[in-house]
Amino acid sequence: MNQLLQQIINGISLGSIYALIALGYTMIYGILRFINFAHGDVFMIGAFVGFYSAPHISKLVGGSIIFSGILVMLLAMLICSLLGVTIEKFAYKPLRSRPKLTVLITAIGVSLFLEYGGQLIFGPDPKLFPTIVPSMAVVDTQNLVIGSNSIVAIVTAAILMLILRFIVFNTKMGAAMRAVSYNHQAAALMGININSIISFTFVLGSSLAAAAAILYSSVYPSINPLMGIFPGLKAFIAAVLGGIGNIYGAALGGLIIGLTETFVTGYLSPTYRDAISFGILILILLFKPSGIMGKFEAEKV
Amino acid sequence: MKCHLPKLYLLLSLILCGIILIFEKNISPYYYQVIVYIGINIILASSLNIINGFAGQFSLGHAGFMAAGAYTSAVITSSMHISPGSLASYPAFLFSLICAGIIASLFGLMVGIPSLRLKGDYLAITTLGFGEIIRVIIQNLDFLGAARGFTGIAKLSDFFWVFGIISILIFLVYNLINSTYGKGFLAVRDDEIAASAVGIDVTRYKVIAFVFGAFFAGIAGGLYAHFVTYINPSQFGFLRSFEIVVMVVVGGMGNIIGVIISAAILTILPEALRSIAQYRMVIYALLLVIIMLLREGEFLGGRFNIKRLWKKSPAET
Repeated sequence: MNQLLQQIINGISLGSIYALIALGYTMIYGILRFINFAHGDVFMIGAFVGFYSAPHISKLVGGSIIFSGILVMLLAMLICSLLGVTIEKFAYKPLRSRPKLTVLITAIGVSLFLEYGGQLIFGPDPKLFPTIVPSMAVVDTQNLVIGSNSIVAIVTAAILMLILRFIVFNTKMGAAMRAVSYNHQAAALMGININSIISFTFVLGSSLAAAAAILYSSVYPSINPLMGIFPGLKAFIAAVLGGIGNIYGAALGGLIIGLTETFVTGYLSPTYRDAISFGILILILLFKPSGIMGKFEAEKV
Repeated sequence: MKCHLPKLYLLLSLILCGIILIFEKNISPYYYQVIVYIGINIILASSLNIINGFAGQFSLGHAGFMAAGAYTSAVITSSMHISPGSLASYPAFLFSLICAGIIASLFGLMVGIPSLRLKGDYLAITTLGFGEIIRVIIQNLDFLGAARGFTGIAKLSDFFWVFGIISILIFLVYNLINSTYGKGFLAVRDDEIAASAVGIDVTRYKVIAFVFGAFFAGIAGGLYAHFVTYINPSQFGFLRSFEIVVMVVVGGMGNIIGVIISAAILTILPEALRSIAQYRMVIYALLLVIIMLLREGEFLGGRFNIKRLWKKSPAET
């Protein structure tokens, strides 16, 4: 029983991190209709911003570890959203009217550039992420250990998702985003500046990825320049599972993928961990391609 | 007379491969290795070109087919204890390559079936997933060496095998494209709905493209395994698939000659950049993005336009 509870807690904390990354995929897909393959690498950059800035910030702030943790996260979010907007301006914007395939390959190119650039600048070897979340066991019984970092990950992710929900559904900017995702041209005719909405979407998506990176690195403290690939792919699967373009779907999908993965690791074999997510993806695409919460879009001739 | 021309070319290139085989010992081992890699990449890129370029199904799982072929042929030749150079090694190697192709095309069939319902980005990510699943399964099979890799494969591939198979592949592709099947592929690629409206069995064509492409990817895997003599699952990760896709895209989707040239160039490029080894993958990635940004048309032969870098795209208005 305790082991089951342990797996569930671990699964939810991993799942809420996937959900944060998945939200970025789903929003960008909703607006631009393409998969931003570089999203996982923006996540990686976020972790490295945390790695390099955390010692300085904690020295600057002094004793309060919670305050410095929040500052590190905000800094990573700021830098990653700048990075996201830059990628969009230089790589994706000139290709907006071109075939999907061209954009997809450009995204792969950007992703490779960030990965190998990261290996060049940060070095290819794994690094130990500094503790920015006070690490202690909140619950510690015989075979149930709930670490504070899991709790912090779950709570922070929940707060960020509530903020995102507020932005998308209760502000003017969010209304504009939803309008653009329905129809670019019609939105432009209503006086919405498409370019600034797209940039804003990239800011939101990338900063969520950065926050996810800080949380992820606090739970799994070994970071390296290729760390973004698999969380990125799995978050994408989560977005598809929940129904791509749907914000609630991304959150739900992230939780499902996180839970399944922890259960497979815990009860079957850790080596099948990566295969199971792809298996889920193939099953969902075969039987319900629009995802759990997605709408079916009929193909137009 | 005209219809015999491709057959003549095939005969001629096979003879040429045989002649070059005689001089094989005079080539320095390093250049020889690069030449064989070029050959293997040409096979991979040309076979992916059938799926991506002609049938228009964006596949990111080619390394998975390659892995299936590599392991199949390695298991067959190892269980037969073939020694390189013996007379029995040639038919045995041919047999193992054909088996490699068949197993890979079975996987192609498995991937082809979901592709009936999916397109574009979804298909890309599904095929990527299939490739990864094949890799993870191999990683967990102990008789294939699991993550340690499969060692002690006889070195049976040489210039003749690799380039002989290229000749046959190009011959087949050329004839396929100029047959009714080829026209069917192009119709499916250009407009699926219109194609099915004029009575083309879209499903069949898509599956055929996957099976044919995977068959040769499997053979390329077999050739690769018998050239490097050691394979492990991490050699067939999705970065490998990306590399092959990049070759096809740079060469021009659906352009037979262009894909061959770009496979050769993109194999040489990392080798040429070896002196600045730590920058080479960064330069490679950057080149990829720049090529994509500058390309004017959809296919090779599409003009490059420097102005595109600062020109506003029409969608912005």
